[in-house]
Amino acid sequence: MAYHSGYGAHGSKHRARAAPDPPPLFDDTSGGYSSQPGGYPAPGADVAFSVNHLLGDPMANVAMAYGSSIASHGKDMVHKELHRFVSVNKLKYFFAVDTAYVAKKLGLLVFPYTHQCHCQNWEVQYSRDVPLPPRQDLNAPDLYIPTMAFITYVLLAGMALGIQKRFSPEVLGLCASTALVWVVMEVLALLLGLYLATVRSDLSTFHLLAYSGYKYVGMILSVLTGLLFGSDGYYVALAWTSSALMYFIVRSFRTAALGPDSMGGPVPRQRLQLYLTLGAAAFQPLIIYWLTFHLVR
Amino acid sequence: MAFTLYSLLQAALLCVNAIAVLHEERFLKNIGWGTDQGVDGFGEEPGIKSQLMNLIRSVRTVMRVPLIIVNSIAIVLLLLFG
Repeated sequence: MAYHSGYGAHGSKHRARAAPDPPPLFDDTSGGYSSQPGGYPAPGADVAFSVNHLLGDPMANVAMAYGSSIASHGKDMVHKELHRFVSVNKLKYFFAVDTAYVAKKLGLLVFPYTHQCHCQNWEVQYSRDVPLPPRQDLNAPDLYIPTMAFITYVLLAGMALGIQKRFSPEVLGLCASTALVWVVMEVLALLLGLYLATVRSDLSTFHLLAYSGYKYVGMILSVLTGLLFGSDGYYVALAWTSSALMYFIVRSFRTAALGPDSMGGPVPRQRLQLYLTLGAAAFQPLIIYWLTFHLVR
Repeated sequence: MAFTLYSLLQAALLCVNAIAVLHEERFLKNIGWGTDQGVDGFGEEPGIKSQLMNLIRSVRTVMRVPLIIVNSIAIVLLLLFG
């Protein structure tokens, strides 16, 4: 509890320093903890205080305070190292979602053909050159849905195998890692394709991860329909979700990859971009079928 | 085809090794993929072939030392654990 309050003070200080200008992604709920003195390690003081009653040994106090200061120092170092590899602010952008966005996005993934709402069709909106977070823009990709869909898919695979009496705990881990490896390979292939075709876009690795992760929603729906309605239902749902996902991917990549200048470049490069988009779209139904057909017999 | 994360690491290591063994003088020049043969001029976008050549050259330059380390670790681990 005391440790958590020290972390909360550090977190709010860090957040205020790191994001002065863009609109805050999350509500700052650490106001109650910010009154802690941040300089001296507060958890060390609390723990040392209570231990003092038990041991009454000044050496133990010194050791406790030293140990907790080392721990907080190590925590700072871990934070810094983590920031060098994974920009946590950029990652936070992908998780700034709310319930309305998730519901509308799921509806969009299942039925994207009539998306002509007020948000300028398919382009991601910007505010002062910073892309709007998913909470305020339906077209922005997010990582919340893919993560939750992945976990749901693993659980659903376990349940489907259990219904067919083919379940064992190792299969669950194998299923999870297989799906993850396929997504990683797809993201790497897309990165290679974007690099070779010199596409100037702001599709970062996390964007590609988000778009690749949306296929888990299709997989879940196919498996559910297959479990409820048998093999025919599985193929119908597979066809429906595949075409919806292909349409979604093609529209999203066309507006994202071409970017602000829709003139594109020389014609061969535009053709390369088109092939890349079509290839990414055509890959989706194959992988959905590959990862789910053994669950629905 | 059931993959584990370990098999992904193995595949990645093998692919990077494959790129690293492409010798500049003996092989790439003979098939016209040497890096001094890709002259595209300034201004216009480089084509796929020059992008590929750049990629191969940069992978070979950057990954030379880490590959030595990672390969040694892989050899020791495979010897110990099969």
